[in-house]
Amino acid sequence: MILAAASLAVLVALALGVIRALRGPTVFDRVLAANAIGTGAIMLLALIGFLTGRPEFLDIGILYALLNIIGTLAVLKFFRYGDLSHPGGEEPAES
Amino acid sequence: MVLLTLLAAITIGIVRLRNLFAVVVLGGIYSFLMASVMIVLDAVDVAMTEASVGAGISTVLMLGVLSLTKTQETEPVHTPLLPVFVAVATGAVLVFGTFALPPFGAADTPVNLHVAPYYLENSIRDTLVPNVVTSVLASYRGFDTLGEVVVVFTAGIAVLMLLKGKRDIKPGPKRRRVHR
Repeated sequence: MILAAASLAVLVALALGVIRALRGPTVFDRVLAANAIGTGAIMLLALIGFLTGRPEFLDIGILYALLNIIGTLAVLKFFRYGDLSHPGGEEPAES
Repeated sequence: MVLLTLLAAITIGIVRLRNLFAVVVLGGIYSFLMASVMIVLDAVDVAMTEASVGAGISTVLMLGVLSLTKTQETEPVHTPLLPVFVAVATGAVLVFGTFALPPFGAADTPVNLHVAPYYLENSIRDTLVPNVVTSVLASYRGFDTLGEVVVVFTAGIAVLMLLKGKRDIKPGPKRRRVHR
């Protein structure tokens, strides 16, 4: 019962994130919404795992978390340097 | 149902947006929502593939493409009526095709009656692999999987050759030389 209620809450949170991603005026809003939606998907995965009595879904949730971090890091690095093969460092992009 | 509505909303957003950078971000969101739909349908392995390929790898690859081109899409020069008609007609044909499918999870379909019971009965004895999906992919259909691996490997080699040739002839305008 409490798990179903939590799943509904996570779905509502996903909907709010999608609204922000669609309406977000700047790119950073969309990146943040993407990150939040990834986290919401992980929560939904864990909750569904417990709802159906298979808690081993948590391992897949950990994998999702790693992917989420990689995607967000790639987007932010591209936004700062304009190039994914940039070696990094403190100098800002000139653009 | 809620997830499918969100998927449709994201798709409309992707179609309407002209900033390709935001479109890439929305594509990542789409993949995560699609993976959630797969989990609800109890296809965890497909969901994992969708999340890793769609949200992880293809986001990075799309950003690499964006660093070689512009990030703003030009306005279309012709009206989108004909593509809309083709897309709607194709979707209608596909939906019409689903009416002939058996109900979801039915146990008396030909797919579940032909070789699947043999796999389920004899998988452990034949291959000593506890996971039936793994034993079917790697042992019963081993040649099929080998062919897939050869195709993917060839495609990877071709992409590497294309990228290498391009970079030797003309480096991109914004690309800096990276000395290692």
